[in-house]
Amino acid sequence: MSAIVLPEFELDDSTLRLRGRWTVDLLESVDKHLRRPIAVPADTLVIDLSDVERLDAGGAWLVQRLVSDLKEMGKAVEIKSANPESAALLSLIAKQRDPRGCSGRREPPPFLETLGRRSVQTLHTAYEFLSFLGESALTSLHALPIPRRLRPRMILKTIEQAGVAALPIVGLLSFLIGVVISYQSAVFLRQYGANYFLANLVGISMARELAPLLTAIIVAGRTGSAFTAQIGTMMVTEEIDALRTMGIRPIEILVLPKVLGLIIALPLLTLFADILGIFGGALIGKLVLGINLSSFLEQLAQALNVSSYLVGLAKAPIFALVIATVGCYQGFKVQGSAESVGLRTTQSVVQSIFIVIVADAALSILFNWLGI
Amino acid sequence: MNSSDNSSSQIDADQDPPLVQIEGLTFRRGQKVIFDGLDIDIPRGKVTAIMGPSGTGKTTLLKLIGAQLRPQAGRIRVDGVDIHRLGGRALYRMRRRMGMLFQSSALLTDLDVFENVAFPLRENTRLPGGVLRTLILMKLQAVGLRGARRLTSSELSGGMARRVALARAIALDPMMIMYDEPFTGLDPITLGAIVALIKRLNDGMGLTTVIVSHDVPETLGIADLVYVISQGKVVARGSPETLQQTDSPWVRQFMRGEADGPVPFHYPAPPYLEDLMGDAP
Repeated sequence: MSAIVLPEFELDDSTLRLRGRWTVDLLESVDKHLRRPIAVPADTLVIDLSDVERLDAGGAWLVQRLVSDLKEMGKAVEIKSANPESAALLSLIAKQRDPRGCSGRREPPPFLETLGRRSVQTLHTAYEFLSFLGESALTSLHALPIPRRLRPRMILKTIEQAGVAALPIVGLLSFLIGVVISYQSAVFLRQYGANYFLANLVGISMARELAPLLTAIIVAGRTGSAFTAQIGTMMVTEEIDALRTMGIRPIEILVLPKVLGLIIALPLLTLFADILGIFGGALIGKLVLGINLSSFLEQLAQALNVSSYLVGLAKAPIFALVIATVGCYQGFKVQGSAESVGLRTTQSVVQSIFIVIVADAALSILFNWLGI
Repeated sequence: MNSSDNSSSQIDADQDPPLVQIEGLTFRRGQKVIFDGLDIDIPRGKVTAIMGPSGTGKTTLLKLIGAQLRPQAGRIRVDGVDIHRLGGRALYRMRRRMGMLFQSSALLTDLDVFENVAFPLRENTRLPGGVLRTLILMKLQAVGLRGARRLTSSELSGGMARRVALARAIALDPMMIMYDEPFTGLDPITLGAIVALIKRLNDGMGLTTVIVSHDVPETLGIADLVYVISQGKVVARGSPETLQQTDSPWVRQFMRGEADGPVPFHYPAPPYLEDLMGDAP
């Protein structure tokens, strides 16, 4: 096996001798040297290609660029000893007249243009999402009176996949959050001798805010992304088109069971997260502050009134609606490629978490305003 | 076409008005004009082939007939009804009468063969289990895959998947069936089987068949009427025999598969030099 001979050139009076393999994968080293103008003493230059092992289109382009550069400097150029194939290639490249297509840098678009494009794009997305929401609502309005069209089996499947299967992870994480909150606050509570208020702190923060939010974020990552990927893949394989031609509305069969299933599953998951989070708090109360379980629960019952508990649970269906519709909407936005599925899945998770947190803030203000 | 106006006014006189009438169809995607005043009549009970080079919008045409896309101008009447004026429910009812076979088969990947064929029946009808099973076995028998009913879609070869998709497309006994490139990517035996199957379904079930394809010999073998479209217009129309003896250079190029001719080899592009001198991406 012969070693690969790198392309080289050597200027010798009025002859430029090229050697080695002038192929596109090896050209980088000579390209640098050929960009600077070469000082040629004589008026005529012979480019000798007889030692060139191989010349491909990239190499020929480079040679032709050199020729054009030299001609511009007023030199006469002659190409020698090109074998017939190279000669044909060179003349083909030469027909493009000036091969020195400048590889100039692309100007970044002006700031205002970028801003304008982004704004229009965002408005467009909002409009599309609203129309999707409207279509889904209309479809469910048609399907609601007929129980069979609500597809109880698919709703149950969603509840199983999004709810039951998520119990371990939701349980563990909310338990740990409960532990962390009570552990962090235990020190301060002890300083003020307010040990028993641990139940108030853990109970209210978990039930009102943390459990619904935490569960929604986990479900957005677990289930919202799965919705997008599933519908997106069906878009790519034309399954959605096939459904339409069979006279079946994709929204009715793919979106409604998911939305309804998640609206049922998420509050239940939130309740589970409430219990385990408070249990985590109670455990730390026992271990660090020495509050036994029965007095913790007694204090909890006094601190946590029904309305705070319901405020937390009431958020869950709203979050479920957001996660399911964003997930499905992004799935339907997939266009024809695997990359698009990945992009839309990411967007689905980011957007649903974002909207969930914004909605949570808005709801907090609303509840505060209503005095609940 | 003047004849289309006549035929629509003489619907009673004409015993067989065309099942699908496309009149002055214009469709654009952004700046690119896909169809520019297209006129096509698809007669009942016949095999009509719509041919043309790739990229002429043949699949788009099928999507327009199925009202999955909306034209900018012109109309498409299916069984006398303007399909783009139908509201949601009526449109879905109409679509159930129009079967379609996708190039990619588009089987539902989480269901097996039997359930894929059963799917449109389960969704659109309330048949008792026994009747449903019999109907599905009949459809599977028609495509020769009764024995493969428990295979999942990942266990099917391309040809088998297409036959399952065909069984699914005829599950609701549609009045017409549209094939999108049914012959591409098949081995000769499967190809022969599909060609025979299309012909048999058309004649045996009294279906109206629309084939969109660029496979010249297979399509000409079974078509009763052929439309050749290019650049948004019908460039030739007639029986396979007349088309083969045409003196239009364009149609000849297409039928014989010559690389360059009236159809340019290059996709429209800015001048080559300008492109080469342009900025690097």
